[in-house]
Amino acid sequence: MGDGFVGRPYGVVRGRVRQVLRPYAVVLASRIRAQRAYRASFRADLFGTAVVGLTEMAEVVVLFSAANGTLGGLDLMQALLVFGLAELAFSSADMVFGHVDSLAQQVRAGTVDILYLRPQPLLAQLVTSDISLRRLGRSALAVVVLGFALVANDVEWGPRAVALLALSLVCGFAIFCANFVVAGGLQFFLLNAQEVTNAFVYGGRHASTQPATVWLRSITVIFGFVFPMAFCAYLPAMLLLGEPGAAWLPAWLGWFAPAAALWAWTLALLAWRAGVRHYQGGGG
Amino acid sequence: MRVYARILAAGFRTQSRYLPAAFAGLLANATFGLLKSGILLTLVDGGGGEIDGYTAGTMAAYVWLSQGLLGSVNIWSLPSSARRIKSGDIAVDFLRPVDVQFAAIADDVGRGLFALIPRGLPSVGVGVLLVGMAMPAQILPYALGTVSLLLGITLSHALTYLLGTAGFWLVEVRGLQVLYMGVAGLLTGLITPVWLFPAWLEAIAVATPFPAVMMYPIDVLSGRTTGTDALALIGAQAGWLALALVAGGLATRLGRRKLEVQGG
Repeated sequence: MGDGFVGRPYGVVRGRVRQVLRPYAVVLASRIRAQRAYRASFRADLFGTAVVGLTEMAEVVVLFSAANGTLGGLDLMQALLVFGLAELAFSSADMVFGHVDSLAQQVRAGTVDILYLRPQPLLAQLVTSDISLRRLGRSALAVVVLGFALVANDVEWGPRAVALLALSLVCGFAIFCANFVVAGGLQFFLLNAQEVTNAFVYGGRHASTQPATVWLRSITVIFGFVFPMAFCAYLPAMLLLGEPGAAWLPAWLGWFAPAAALWAWTLALLAWRAGVRHYQGGGG
Repeated sequence: MRVYARILAAGFRTQSRYLPAAFAGLLANATFGLLKSGILLTLVDGGGGEIDGYTAGTMAAYVWLSQGLLGSVNIWSLPSSARRIKSGDIAVDFLRPVDVQFAAIADDVGRGLFALIPRGLPSVGVGVLLVGMAMPAQILPYALGTVSLLLGITLSHALTYLLGTAGFWLVEVRGLQVLYMGVAGLLTGLITPVWLFPAWLEAIAVATPFPAVMMYPIDVLSGRTTGTDALALIGAQAGWLALALVAGGLATRLGRRKLEVQGG
């Protein structure tokens, strides 16, 4: 980091904000540099995450072609819109919060104790401890698919559509981030049972890319309302397309994505607080 | 031979120490199974009750057998041998009077076999209870299926071992592993049955060892493939396993030379 970062006399408040954020910025910059150190591996990582996204898209394409074009009331282009929205929200959340759910390893290794010693909030430290640039490969693919789907589908463009799109991306990102934080909070309890959280973190990701019309009733309850994955992509996409939605999940619910995000974060912060309070140290 | 059987048994026992992990895995398997059931059964339904030879019952069998196998094959993580290669601990393994490759695979297969008990069988049980599935009424598919299952699990660990040996040259193999995860996830038939793929993608899949890891054992066990066709699938699995072991042995020998250059 150059000296210019804190040097010049900005407003007092602004200076204060910078002072608070500075440690995070320094850490982030170093993480980003570190990731680019093994260049060949970093490129393979970027490419690899894009391939993972691609295989997940291949699933959608394979299923729809096996179904002769329509599945769960959607055609392939409409399904790609759902996929693109979900994938972009998930991959960006994964980039920022993805490593929070692997907290169990850090707890076992005793390295979390170090974070407790520092004067910054634990969650903020964890988030900035590793921004996974390699996941940009996956986000890039998501942007391409989403852009393609927005053009290929019959979307009535105007302020409403733009607002919906922005709303769903922001709320989808927030909901996926919240899932990672719930997972992080639970890791304090589930040291050896990380896959409990995989059920809703990665299961939720998978659910969000599907048309909710195919969900079994139990899944509708879990991923419609408890972990509100339907609000990330399916419901906003149905609003954009002017489709009616699914049983228990009518399209107009899509406008309530901010409420869903708020609920997801309430859950996240409760789980996180419970986890942090439960933690008794790594015995290091 | 006895020493590898012992390592295998040790791997089995090691894994039995992680029961909570196995139950957590079961919960994840069941959630994904329900998600897969939803879309795949809708697909069968849309095809008028049958699609590419799958009925609702056989599709459900595919879903829950594939979920049950997940804890026993390895698609998502590097084997423990890869960590030892990265840290250089593998140098110690070379000094022992056992074959490094066989010992590593035996350990992983042992762990994989244990996972069938708390994770594999209950996953299938969840499927039977919640969704219902069609399974063959004769004995033969189960006998052949067991052989096929063992070959699939061993092949999976032989392939990830081979992947891990790239660490002799690359140091950091995470990128490769992510790539493997993506390709294997699709081509093993984990996400959707390989037989639903468009013809060109199916041809690509069959030309790789991946369907032999998961798709073939499921086909044999569920009675979708029977008789000489089932034997042909098992033969293909054995062929891929032999090939993977030869490649792994070669990579280990070459890597060992490389390792001595790095020193430790």
